[in-house]
Amino acid sequence: MSTFILTESRLDPAKAIYDFTLPAGEGWMHEIRRGQTFRIVDLDGNQAVDTLFYNAHDLTDRYSAQDTIREQGGLYLTTGTKLISSESNVMAEIVADTCGRHDTLGGACAAESNQVRYALDKRWMHSCRDTFMLAISRWGRGVTKCDLTHNINFFMNVPVTPDGKLSFADGVSAGGRYVEMRAAMDLIGLISNCPQLNNPCNAYNPTPVRLLIWP
Amino acid sequence: MSNENILFEETLPGGGLWSWALRRHTTLRLTDLAGGANVGLMAYNADQPLDRLNLPDTLKAQYTAKLTHGHVLMSDMGHALLSITADTAGWHDPLGGHGNAALVQRNYGAATYQEKRNDWHRNAHDNFLIELGKHGLGKRDLVANVNFFSRLDVDAEGAMKFHPGNSAAGARVDLRAEMNVLVVLNTCQHPLDPNPRYAPRPVRLTVLKTPPPGPDDFCRNFRGENQRSFILTERLFPGA
Repeated sequence: MSTFILTESRLDPAKAIYDFTLPAGEGWMHEIRRGQTFRIVDLDGNQAVDTLFYNAHDLTDRYSAQDTIREQGGLYLTTGTKLISSESNVMAEIVADTCGRHDTLGGACAAESNQVRYALDKRWMHSCRDTFMLAISRWGRGVTKCDLTHNINFFMNVPVTPDGKLSFADGVSAGGRYVEMRAAMDLIGLISNCPQLNNPCNAYNPTPVRLLIWP
Repeated sequence: MSNENILFEETLPGGGLWSWALRRHTTLRLTDLAGGANVGLMAYNADQPLDRLNLPDTLKAQYTAKLTHGHVLMSDMGHALLSITADTAGWHDPLGGHGNAALVQRNYGAATYQEKRNDWHRNAHDNFLIELGKHGLGKRDLVANVNFFSRLDVDAEGAMKFHPGNSAAGARVDLRAEMNVLVVLNTCQHPLDPNPRYAPRPVRLTVLKTPPPGPDDFCRNFRGENQRSFILTERLFPGA
């Protein structure tokens, strides 16, 4: 049986310099400065938060799931995980986590992958990749589809079995649980608050998350 | 497979790099010549490279964290890129990613071209960038790669460990292109290979003429997800 180590934060939400509630199905793209602390709160529980990070000064230096899991020698993200970029730089470190495990294998849902996974007539349904597309289009500044790589799914649990099967397990999160990371470089964060209704990653009920930044 | 179906073949030494736009329904066969090889591979729709290998979509559609016979490498647009139509190794790694210059120097020490000529220490990241560049692609086009012939074991805590001896000499895997597919690959060691020596192994690359997948094709019917991915791919080739 796997163990989960939970780490609480001492930061006071009243002292945050940024405090925003992101409804399900919406996107968020925002700068996070080096040294700042960024918290995502799963307000109602079992909500997947699809997240990417970019070096704010160099788009080619971006979050890399494979580099992150290989450098820590383990698949799951929690307190102590350093988020590693495609250029092998530390982008941020998870410094508090009251959920205990986050996924970075499952990627983001997309209209086209929903067709493959569920049925050809699912293309119209809202998806994380479409949220990402709209967020980067609004952001501009040269960010395009090729920058949408393999993301983190905060609050999602996707265990790998010893015989190499990928399972989508019941959520390990609950209302009010949070994950917090300290930026090690100037970052752009990109979030899709997942709208998926075809599987239990959001307990069939996508809900808002709260995003906070401390200086 | 008889010889007349071989379109061409070449041997790539360890640490080597290669790219090729496979025509639809031809097959790339990788053969591990000495045992213990690793082939890091990325793949793109050759006609529209923004449509590209997406390992998270590939793995979650097939509920797998390993790749073997029957699995299909899928793109982020729901298309089938490459079907694994034969496999004698049984397990190929989609998790470990690839090494770079710093990792190779840390693991094996420095060996520059100036000192060692073509025995220098090459790394997968630079090899990918060289071959991607030949097709107008670059750093922003890097995707999570497969490591053919390598295996990582994962425990209940998620800890990953290199599995020695996954691939014996003569092991082979066949990848059938389901559209025109740009394949970018190299034969650098797996980044978690515990071998303290720089010892990447040679791989034979064989491009074969193969029949299109029929209605009873094993990879097409491996899962309902694969069937739907084939349908979406065939829509790219109306009347074909």
